[in-house]
Amino acid sequence: MVIFGIKNLNIWFGLIQALKNVSMDIQSNEILSVIGPSNSGKTTFLRMLNRLNDLMPNFRMGGEVKLDKKNIKEIDVELLRKMVGMVFALPLPLPLSIFDNVAYGIRMHGARNTKLLKERVESVLREAYLWEEVKDRLSSSAFKLSGGQQQRLCIARTLAVEPEVILFDEPCSGLDPISTAKIEDAMIKLKQKYTIVLVTNNVKQAARVGDRTAFFLGGELIELDKTDKIFTAPDDSRTDDYIRGKFG
Amino acid sequence: MMRNPYRTQNIAFFFLFLATLLIVVPVGLIVVIIIQKGLPAINWQFLSDIPRQGMRSGGIFPAIVGTLYLVTGAIVFALPIGLLAAVYLSEYSRDNALNRIIKLAIVNLAGVSSVVYGLFGLALFVVFFKLGASIISGSLTLGIMILPLIITASREALESVPHSFREVSLSLGASKWQTIRHIVLPNAIPGILTGTILGLGRAAGETAPILFTVAAFYLPQLPKSALDQAMALPYHLYVISTQVPNVDEKVRYGTALVLLTLVLVMNLVAIIIRYKFRKRKKW
Repeated sequence: MVIFGIKNLNIWFGLIQALKNVSMDIQSNEILSVIGPSNSGKTTFLRMLNRLNDLMPNFRMGGEVKLDKKNIKEIDVELLRKMVGMVFALPLPLPLSIFDNVAYGIRMHGARNTKLLKERVESVLREAYLWEEVKDRLSSSAFKLSGGQQQRLCIARTLAVEPEVILFDEPCSGLDPISTAKIEDAMIKLKQKYTIVLVTNNVKQAARVGDRTAFFLGGELIELDKTDKIFTAPDDSRTDDYIRGKFG
Repeated sequence: MMRNPYRTQNIAFFFLFLATLLIVVPVGLIVVIIIQKGLPAINWQFLSDIPRQGMRSGGIFPAIVGTLYLVTGAIVFALPIGLLAAVYLSEYSRDNALNRIIKLAIVNLAGVSSVVYGLFGLALFVVFFKLGASIISGSLTLGIMILPLIITASREALESVPHSFREVSLSLGASKWQTIRHIVLPNAIPGILTGTILGLGRAAGETAPILFTVAAFYLPQLPKSALDQAMALPYHLYVISTQVPNVDEKVRYGTALVLLTLVLVMNLVAIIIRYKFRKRKKW
C-alpha cells in the first residue's frame, strides 16, 4: 500500500534549487534507504515529509506530497508531525529526565493520565531496546546516557506519539559500530508496525537494512529500486559509481 | 642587534595588564572610600528612623522604602511587557522592515539618557495621565527605562536555547507555543532573570527619571498609596549632598553606602542565579 505519494516535487531555498522534479511512492511497512553524496538533497527530501523545511527562511516548494492520499499541506501540521516522526542525526535528548523525554510528545498531545503514561513510556522504551538499561533511573537526566542510549531514547520518544512513518536522518553518524548495530536491529523490528525512511551516508547500512534504496544526486532522484538490484545491477552508471565509492 | 620577541611580548603583556588594573582600581577605591566614610553612620536608627532636623540627623528609612517600592513597581511593569516583546521578537517576528525598525528602536532606547526618561515621564504620566508626582508615575518611568535592558537580555537568553531543541519539539507534533512554553522559556529563565536583576540595579540607582515623577525633597513619613510621592535613595543623596547645608559627611556617605549595598546585593543575586543555572545546564 502506498503511504507517501510524491509527484513532481521541486524545492528551493532562495535561488538555490535543492530538489528537482522528484516523484516516487513510499510503501507502508518498508524501509526505504535514501543515499547520495552531501548536497544531493536527501535530507531536504526527508524534512519535506514532516514539513520541517517550512522552518527554513526562503523555503518554496512546487509539486505535491500526499500522505494517505491527502495533500500534506491540507493536514494540520501538528497532526502531520505526529503521524510522521523523526529521529535526527545527532542524539538530541531534550533537557529533561529520561521519562519526561519519552512522555514529552504524548503530553503535548494532551495525555494526563499518569498510569497510562507510565505504561506507554515503558512499552516504547522496550520497543527501542532501552528499557532494561534505564528502568531503574527513569527520573535521571537524559544527558547522563551514552550516545547510543540517547539515540535509542530519541527513537522511543518518536514512537511514543504513535506515528505511522518514522524518518531517520543519518541516525548512526555519531555512533560506534555496536550502538549502530542495535539501532539497525531496532529499525528492522520496527518496520512490522511502521514505515521507515532512512537517510544515510553509510552505503553499507543502506544495503543492510533497506528494502528499497533511492539514490539522489544534485537534487535529482537518479534511481529507486529494490536494494538488491541497486547494489548488484543498478540501471544508472552514476549509482554504480557512487556505491563503489568512485565519488561522493 | 636582534630584536627579542619575548621582550616585546612582555612589554605588551605589561600594558595589557596595566589597562585591566586601571579598570579595577577606581571601582575598588570607590567601594573602599564609601565603606570607610559611611560605615560609622550605619546603625539601626539610621536604617529605621525618619530624617530629622532638616535631614541632618535621624535616619533614611523612608528613602529605603521608597526605593524598594519604585524598583518593585518598575519590575512589575517592565518584566511582563519586556518578556512578551522578547518572545515575539525572537520567536515569532519575521525579518521585515517593521520588525527591523522595532529592533533598532529598542537599541536606541537603551542609549537615551536618563534625564530624557524623566522628562518623558513627567509629560506622559504626571501631566497627561494626571497621575501626578507619585510612586506609580516614577515606577512606570523607571520601567520604561529598563525595558530595553530586559528585552535585550531576554532575547539573548531565548536565542541561546539551541535551535535543535525546537526542531525536536516541533517534530513530535508540539505546536509552536507549546515548544516555547515547555522547551524554550524554561531554558532561557536564568538569562532572563539575570537581565532583569541588572535592570533592577540600574533602576534603583538612577536619580534623573524619578526627579520630576515621584521624588519628594523631604517627606518624613511612609507613602500611604501608589499615588503618593515618596523619597528615594539616589535623590535623597543628591539633596543632602547639594541642597542642604551642614550635613555631616558621614550621613552622606552612609546613604551612599546603603544605596551601593542595595545595588551590589542585586547584582550578586544575579550572579548567583546565573552560576546555579549554568551548573545545571546540560548541553
